[in-house]
Amino acid sequence: MAEEKINLQPDSFEPLAQTNEQELDSEKIAAPSLTFSQDAWRRLKKNKGAVISLFIILIMVIVSFGSTPFITHSELVKSNPEYANLPAKIPGIDINGFNGKMKVGGEWTDVYKQNGIKDNVHFVLGTDYLGHSLAQRIIYGTKISLTVAIVATLFDLLIGVTYGIVSGWKGGRTDNVMQRIIEIISSIPNLIIVVLMLIVFRPGMTSIILALAISEWTTMARMIRAETLSLKTEEYVLASRTLGQSTGKIAWKHLVPNVSSIIIIQTMYTIPSAIFFEAFLSFIGIGISAPQTSLGVLLNDGQKNFQFLPYQMWYPAIILVILMIAFNLLGDGLRDAFDPRTRR
Amino acid sequence: MKKYLLKRILYMALTLFLVATITFFLMKLMPGTPYSNQEKMTPQQIKIMNQQYGLDKPVWLQYIFYIGGMLHGDMGTSFQFSNQPVSYLISSRIGASAQLGVQAMIFGVFFGIIVGSVAAVYRNTWVDTTATIVSIIGKSVPNFVLAVLLQYYISLKLGWFPIADWGGFEYTILPTIALGVGPLAETARFIRTGMVDVLNSDYIELARAKGLNKFGIIYHHALRNSLIPLVTLIGPYTVALMTGSMVIENIFSIPGIGEQYVKSIQTNDYPTIMGVTMLFCFGLVLIILFTDIIYGIIDPRIRLNGNED
Repeated sequence: MAEEKINLQPDSFEPLAQTNEQELDSEKIAAPSLTFSQDAWRRLKKNKGAVISLFIILIMVIVSFGSTPFITHSELVKSNPEYANLPAKIPGIDINGFNGKMKVGGEWTDVYKQNGIKDNVHFVLGTDYLGHSLAQRIIYGTKISLTVAIVATLFDLLIGVTYGIVSGWKGGRTDNVMQRIIEIISSIPNLIIVVLMLIVFRPGMTSIILALAISEWTTMARMIRAETLSLKTEEYVLASRTLGQSTGKIAWKHLVPNVSSIIIIQTMYTIPSAIFFEAFLSFIGIGISAPQTSLGVLLNDGQKNFQFLPYQMWYPAIILVILMIAFNLLGDGLRDAFDPRTRR
Repeated sequence: MKKYLLKRILYMALTLFLVATITFFLMKLMPGTPYSNQEKMTPQQIKIMNQQYGLDKPVWLQYIFYIGGMLHGDMGTSFQFSNQPVSYLISSRIGASAQLGVQAMIFGVFFGIIVGSVAAVYRNTWVDTTATIVSIIGKSVPNFVLAVLLQYYISLKLGWFPIADWGGFEYTILPTIALGVGPLAETARFIRTGMVDVLNSDYIELARAKGLNKFGIIYHHALRNSLIPLVTLIGPYTVALMTGSMVIENIFSIPGIGEQYVKSIQTNDYPTIMGVTMLFCFGLVLIILFTDIIYGIIDPRIRLNGNED
């Protein structure tokens, strides 16, 4: 191959005029450097479903917990028989089903007028059989359901992460024994544990939380253990050990941050399953029961009158389903964001 | 293999023994007596009853009798239905529950496979999006809500199926759908992920290069390989079906185990609770054992040495 001859002049060796600082540094990375969590957040923001879900969850949490000063339990148990079983009536909206009218015997009748209720009284989502505002009960019930789910998940996380890290870190005989215990616990259906707990403690919020915490931690523990097993052979852990760092500190400073993505994803999947379990137990009447309110209790109440007053079940059901969908989508989004390899 | 099996069976027995022990002592801690109309009974009558049921013996002796009875399939006598042995109560009701469970599992897995593979083949099109939405909704709508809706709109309004009760096959359709939607959604997601993986592999490329038709490739090459891991989901599905049966059987008033379980919890019928608890545990450990063995047989890559992880 013939080499091309280039005529070089002395001024070819003159340095280029400096336009600006950045162009000089050819090695410079254009984008700002991102930490692991920033990177995950960036990926999550691209996932529309997950972002919408996050907003829905935030709104539900803010509305339900923000309602605490306005909607109290004592307020909710007061019955107003004169307002019983009214359909939804939203001022200014004239769509059948939301204007105080309800199908009675195949015809839309204004139930508010029929019952002689003053014009300035309206219930946005109607009332239940004791005349409570359904909207208030749903907000309060959502709060209880969310509380049960979140507290149970926190317990579950605490037990699962500790157990997993200890089991993975200690290894050997301890690990073996701890894993066999998990094996035994996980071959007992959750349902059985929950039911036994509910029989021993009186049904209520506390016992449901406890029952859920006890029955759901094994998955978390298993995943954390597997991750700990691979993390403990990492150089930085070894370095930390060599420097004489205490085990507790290593676990807290090195292991927990590195398993945090698993924790977050797993938490997001545990919450909807806890919400489901609470609703399930309350629905069949062995969980939270009236006069307490939760989404399950509302569904149970609504189901009794479903044939005649379908809205009493539809509204809580819709809220429950939206909540479940939102948590599931957010969970999927977070999984993809933290571990892009799983995304297809 | 033999050693592994032995080990697994040993753990199974240990699990069941622990559950039996824990339930027994929990139930002993519970307040209340088996006699519903205690006030009307004289102390003598109560004493005779206690003797008859062995309740006058110390707790440890009762425990031994209880475990011994369990081993012979004797689960005691129901408090709720006088003089009815729990084992009879269970055996007369297990048929309905088992039929419903098997049907729901078949329904869920079969349609789940179809939805999942269609989604994988047409991935990133509207078909895939629809399938994903279906599976998210199926996962998120609680089965009892779905059951009530199906019962009202399909049975009561349209009159296509009987509203409730237990008779012929037509009685089982709606409960099966309600129970099976959860497994359907899960299967669809699972199959889709597996299929997408397999469809990107080299041997699919080769099959395509050989000129096999699309259906042949999907059926013979892609689906078969993504079906294997599905076996591991049978255990979790069983749990979901057991849980679901409690509420679905109640809604459709099906005389099954789940319905009985709820009733006995509500009426503090401890012997029946213990019996059904043991039945559920036994069923689950047995199914987990079987699925592990089957998994090892159909997928030789999984070694059965008991410490896979």
